[in-house]
Amino acid sequence: MSNFKILMNGIVKENPTFVLLLGMCPTLGTTSSAINGLSMGIATMFVLILSNLIISLIKNLIPDMVRIPSYIVVIASLVTILQMLMQAYVPGIYATLGLFIPLIVVNCIILGRAEAFAAKNNPIASIFDGIGIGLGFTMALTLLGAVRELLGTGVLFKSDDFGIAGITLQGEDYGMLMFVLAPGAFIALGYLIAVVNKLRKA
Amino acid sequence: MEYILIFITAIFINNVVLSQFLGICPFLGVSKKISTASGMGMAVTFVLTLATIVTYLIQKFVLDPNNLEYLQTIAFILVIAALVQMVEIILKKVSPSLYQALGVFLPLITTNCCILGVAILVIQKDYNLLQGVVYAISTALGFYLAMVLFAGLREQMAMNKVPKAVEGMPLALITAGLLSMAFMGFSGVDGGLKLLFGLD
Repeated sequence: MSNFKILMNGIVKENPTFVLLLGMCPTLGTTSSAINGLSMGIATMFVLILSNLIISLIKNLIPDMVRIPSYIVVIASLVTILQMLMQAYVPGIYATLGLFIPLIVVNCIILGRAEAFAAKNNPIASIFDGIGIGLGFTMALTLLGAVRELLGTGVLFKSDDFGIAGITLQGEDYGMLMFVLAPGAFIALGYLIAVVNKLRKA
Repeated sequence: MEYILIFITAIFINNVVLSQFLGICPFLGVSKKISTASGMGMAVTFVLTLATIVTYLIQKFVLDPNNLEYLQTIAFILVIAALVQMVEIILKKVSPSLYQALGVFLPLITTNCCILGVAILVIQKDYNLLQGVVYAISTALGFYLAMVLFAGLREQMAMNKVPKAVEGMPLALITAGLLSMAFMGFSGVDGGLKLLFGLD
């Protein structure tokens, strides 16, 4: 499989959110706005690419019996590095995403790709798989965030953490606040997956 | 009084699944039947309580005194993984019947984010050990309640005809959204309770 195919596979055919339905906690928990979803996607992609690379490099050194714990240690170390970087450079968004940054450790996408791809393929292909799946996840989160933000507040890409005013598409009076709150996350994601199902059949 | 407040808040107002989005994977994955949902709920209650106590002690007696707070994520996830394995082995020996009931769910729990999430939240909220334990038990009960309610709804809907695109996960998510909306009705209750108990 060429590297380009691997990349597209992660974005379309095996999209982690819409097709594989993995990593639901951050998907629902951090998409109250498009920028929040985008940030969470990039943070996850960072860990995913590096964990794929490292695990693919050390796969022959790990005894089969302690495979999973070793992967978890690699992933947890990467997440700790990410936490420190985010605390230092983007403290605002770090505070907004809060608990979900350390919880990247238990995101099944990352462990799943380590087990299903990085443990069987060479480092270059693993990097491309990380980028593909990471982009697929980022796009899905951004899309869900955009839908919820638009329906909930009528504004797109607004972020207080980065000081972005955003694009106002409809008056604030017409926002359905429910979509920014918890129930809206479930409902918006449910309908998005239904739309994707419909498109895939067609 | 404070403990009652923590108890009610964690079960109804800040329900771990329906408003904090922790533990969504088992919530969506093993909620097709009430019996499996309740088994998973019990397994989570058991492990969550135990894990919170152990991680709390590790934080206070190992990480904090040695200025190793930054190792929190790594330490906690390893402790939880080891703990789940240990619980599995001990249960198998000590109580085979309980092992039968919880057995299949135990390995799944390591990657259940509500365990690690609650362990970190207890430290973040600066609870003492007893508050932490009450918080963990009530969070787990909230998880159990959400699981069983949701499984009940899904059992009722299993036979209904729905559009093909909505079948399966989309329908489950929309149902979860409605359930979550029902739980939103509890928001604000904590403020009333605080007044009632004369806290803050």
